[in-house]
Amino acid sequence: MRYPAFLQRIADRADVQPVRILTFSINGQAVSAREDETILSVARENGISIPTLCHLDGLSERGACRLCIVEIKGSPKLSPSCVTLPRQDMEVITNSDRVLDYRRKILELLFTERNHICSVCVSNGHCDLQSLTTELGMTHVHYDYLHTRHAVDASHERFSVDHNRCVLCQRCIRVCEEIEGAHTWDVMGRGYLSKVITDLNQPWGESTSCTGCGKCVQVCPTGALSEKGKSVAEMTKKRQFLPYLKLMRGDESR
Amino acid sequence: MTRIRVATTWLDGCSGCHMSFLDIDENIIQLFDRIELVYSPLVDFKTIPENIDLALVEGAVSSEADKEEILTLRSRSKVLISFGDCAVTANVPGMRNQFSVMETLSRAYIENSASGQILPSGFVPKLLEYSRPVHEYVTVDLFLPGCPPPAGVILSILNDLIDGRPLSLGGKTRFGA
Ligand code: SF4
Ligand code: SF4
Ligand code: SF4
Ligand code: FES
Repeated sequence: MRYPAFLQRIADRADVQPVRILTFSINGQAVSAREDETILSVARENGISIPTLCHLDGLSERGACRLCIVEIKGSPKLSPSCVTLPRQDMEVITNSDRVLDYRRKILELLFTERNHICSVCVSNGHCDLQSLTTELGMTHVHYDYLHTRHAVDASHERFSVDHNRCVLCQRCIRVCEEIEGAHTWDVMGRGYLSKVITDLNQPWGESTSCTGCGKCVQVCPTGALSEKGKSVAEMTKKRQFLPYLKLMRGDESR
Repeated sequence: MTRIRVATTWLDGCSGCHMSFLDIDENIIQLFDRIELVYSPLVDFKTIPENIDLALVEGAVSSEADKEEILTLRSRSKVLISFGDCAVTANVPGMRNQFSVMETLSRAYIENSASGQILPSGFVPKLLEYSRPVHEYVTVDLFLPGCPPPAGVILSILNDLIDGRPLSLGGKTRFGA
């Protein structure tokens, strides 16, 4: 809960309002957590792996991809663990057949929405989406591909965006807004017709807000954002900067 | 030992998966003690025989001829493998799926043609509306992704199949590999 600013300062003080510690279980293993930690982060602290795509350490959570879903005893629906907080005595299951099955289906649907041709992609061999296929045991897509037509915008001097490879994870939007402070990226449209845009859907090269820092390119999990001059399989992303930037901004929360 | 009857075909692919198969080098000698190639672009049989034990299919289904080939091959094969990314996802041939058949044809035969500028008709198989993965037409027993799948993986899968071992790719090959 948020209080008015003068009260919030008191509420934020750990000695006045200590963060509660909860105990709950993940896959039958007893774990403890601060009440404001997500199930995903508690799982990872305890060496339990949950696949993710839109989550990136150092950025706020968006809950966009749904690959991190887990089962919570007593709840009929599956919950995205990156945006779900634990409750006392909650029983979380990360690896039931049902969870694994839905994760694979979600991944397959991501492949049907756009046009992923790994063999000719700049990110071949260095792509989070591609690695997830082996991690989740996806051997083929059971659904019809949508064959949607998407543009490539290469108007920026140093970078290009290929919407065929975008998974709408919004990492670019978040890093540009939260770390670079430019908020060049946003999203327009609805459902699978959504697309990420620069400024008010102008060509990236004409954007007046973009500083050319390249952070969006580095955090993009796929071949959607890349540096110009990189050919097939040459685009490796550098993400080491995020924790440092977070530290320098004094932002401990995320 | 009776040799198992193997067929291979390429539909809309570049032949790269077959080249990767040949990259098993001298292992092919031992392999051919155990298999008999009854139909393949690598050998000279013109029609698909009956009673195939194992069929390897390279390439996407893109034309009327591909469709006919895959339906016949499936009906005569016990086990059928989608062999490589074009067969599994439509891959590069599928890049035309964003465009209509007419747009694709005129790009190739009119816009980029210095002379002639005639659309093919009659003497080449008619393109289907979309270039599709094999499993959208027939039941597939095993998916072998990779562009192309590495030679070692092809060899070990074939040996597992012949010996009746459980099949698992275990992340040894992936899309685009
Ligand atoms: S973005 Fe990733 S999954 Fe998509 S084509 Fe490129 S390498 Fe493959
Ligand atoms: S290059 Fe930097 S400023 Fe420009 S869009 Fe990307 S993150 Fe934002
Ligand atoms: S461009 Fe990249 S980072 Fe941005 S939403 Fe698409 S996949 Fe995510
Ligand atoms: S990682 Fe949780 S929804 Fe994407």
